[in-house]
Amino acid sequence: MRSGLFLLVCLIVGGSVFAVALELGNDYYFFAGYVVLQYIVLATAWNILGGYCGYVNFGSAAFFALGAYSTVAVHRLAPVPIPVLVAIGGVVSGVVGFGMGYLTLRLRGAFFAIATLALAVVLQTLIVNWDFVGGSRGAYIVRPESIAPFGSYIRYLFLIMMLLAVGSITVARLIERSRLGYGFATIRDDEQAAEASGVPTLRLKLIATTISGALMGCAGAPFPYYIGYLQPSSAFGLDYAVNSIAMPLIGGTTSWVGPLIGAILLGSLQQIATVTISSAVNLLIVGFLLVGFVIVAPNGIIGLVQKYIRHRPVEPVGRRPVSADAPEVAP
Amino acid sequence: MTGLLEVNNLGKRFGGFVALEGIVLSVRPGERIGLIGPNGSGKSTLVNCICGTLRNESGSVNFDGRLLDGATAHQRTRRGLSRTFQLPRPFASLSVADNLRIPLLYTVAARGGSLRSTADLEARCFDLLREVGLDKKAKRLPRELTQVEMRKLELARAMAAEPKLLIADESMAGLTHSEVEEILALLQRLNEHGVTIILIEHIMRAVMSFSQRLVVLVSGRKIADGDPNTVVRDPEVERAYLGQ
Repeated sequence: MRSGLFLLVCLIVGGSVFAVALELGNDYYFFAGYVVLQYIVLATAWNILGGYCGYVNFGSAAFFALGAYSTVAVHRLAPVPIPVLVAIGGVVSGVVGFGMGYLTLRLRGAFFAIATLALAVVLQTLIVNWDFVGGSRGAYIVRPESIAPFGSYIRYLFLIMMLLAVGSITVARLIERSRLGYGFATIRDDEQAAEASGVPTLRLKLIATTISGALMGCAGAPFPYYIGYLQPSSAFGLDYAVNSIAMPLIGGTTSWVGPLIGAILLGSLQQIATVTISSAVNLLIVGFLLVGFVIVAPNGIIGLVQKYIRHRPVEPVGRRPVSADAPEVAP
Repeated sequence: MTGLLEVNNLGKRFGGFVALEGIVLSVRPGERIGLIGPNGSGKSTLVNCICGTLRNESGSVNFDGRLLDGATAHQRTRRGLSRTFQLPRPFASLSVADNLRIPLLYTVAARGGSLRSTADLEARCFDLLREVGLDKKAKRLPRELTQVEMRKLELARAMAAEPKLLIADESMAGLTHSEVEEILALLQRLNEHGVTIILIEHIMRAVMSFSQRLVVLVSGRKIADGDPNTVVRDPEVERAYLGQ
């Protein structure tokens, strides 16, 4: 399926979900749906670096928080529409992603993961001590009650996050099927062999950290409007770091479909658990599921499905020959 | 004649261990060179320094008239310096054909070479697969290949980068007599097409039949360089390498 057509299908599906939520006539579905969509963006973004390139990023919360705090900072200066705030959050997190990549991508494995965790700690410390965005006290963002033509403001936020989810999935799929995606796969498989085949691994990894960071920042930008009161502990929450990793691992990391399935499954389960049991069990659910999947299906749901339908050797999901004259996504 | 590859006084240390010291090597275009030495003599370290996987601490490497110092491994590959690894290192999640598409996309197409369209790329990919006898396994994953097929894939991937110089690092290790002959024939054909080849190998029969020139490394130093039949009779080589 061509990317334009894929985007159209995604928009139709997203529009249908929005219409169903409207039909249900309860704003709770928008609140819950917003969180699931936010996790689709985060999981997809994490997977671009972690799944495609094999670089595990424990600092997802930092990029998400950067997007959120960009909104708070800009909001203090001037009232700006949310789509512009999303763009600003994306740029800020993308730039930080590039910088983080430049400083840390010579590290591999656990060392890289620890470096990303350190980035989150450093950024949280900076935010806690930055009074302009509320510091440790936090910052209030009063969201309007309603906005035309959507009615309730949460519906507007839901729609924005829906578009972000559609956008991030489309970007991930486009990468996967491009020359860039092939380059990412070689980095994941064997970086030295990739270099020996002419793949500029450092440049590609910088592209991955930038895109991944930018998408996480975009996901974080509307968050202050959603939550109303932003404090460092909520923006840099462990939930974001853990879920961003767990969702692609449970869904499967080799394809854009994996993070989507993982985010819908885990995000929905967490929302149901929040209402029926307690919000405190969220991470417990993630932990149990993660352990279960590591034992039963280490390649996630996608890997499990592939294993059962494989009658003959098949190419990895989503892979197809890339043309030499394909759009120059990669350097 | 100016050498295609000029290694001048190359040195490399790992902490206090001297892996290479004062290596001088000149390789002319179209030559077939055998590089031998006991385990730990520095053969693979030399390859890694030439190909940019490791940084040499002293000396320099010139390739095709250009100084390679500071060039990354992928830049050297794009300039026409290709290698295989001692243990095959295929891209495990990609099919056999995709393994060849990578250097075609990232080296040949990036050079602005002969690949002008998808059809060109696919044709070149399947030419290479046929050349090494893997065309029927194009969609298989590397883990489904036999040992010799894996070696052929490794060679084909290096060939796909359309190198001027190919360094084959123990491409015949663990293969049977007939499989060794297959790989030798492949390297011979490649050389006939103008590719300069450095063959690193422990199988002396293969090295002697293939090489026009033999270079011997021992303990990080070059102890002999010349006609294969003369070199193997060199007393120092016999003492250090052949154990006499």
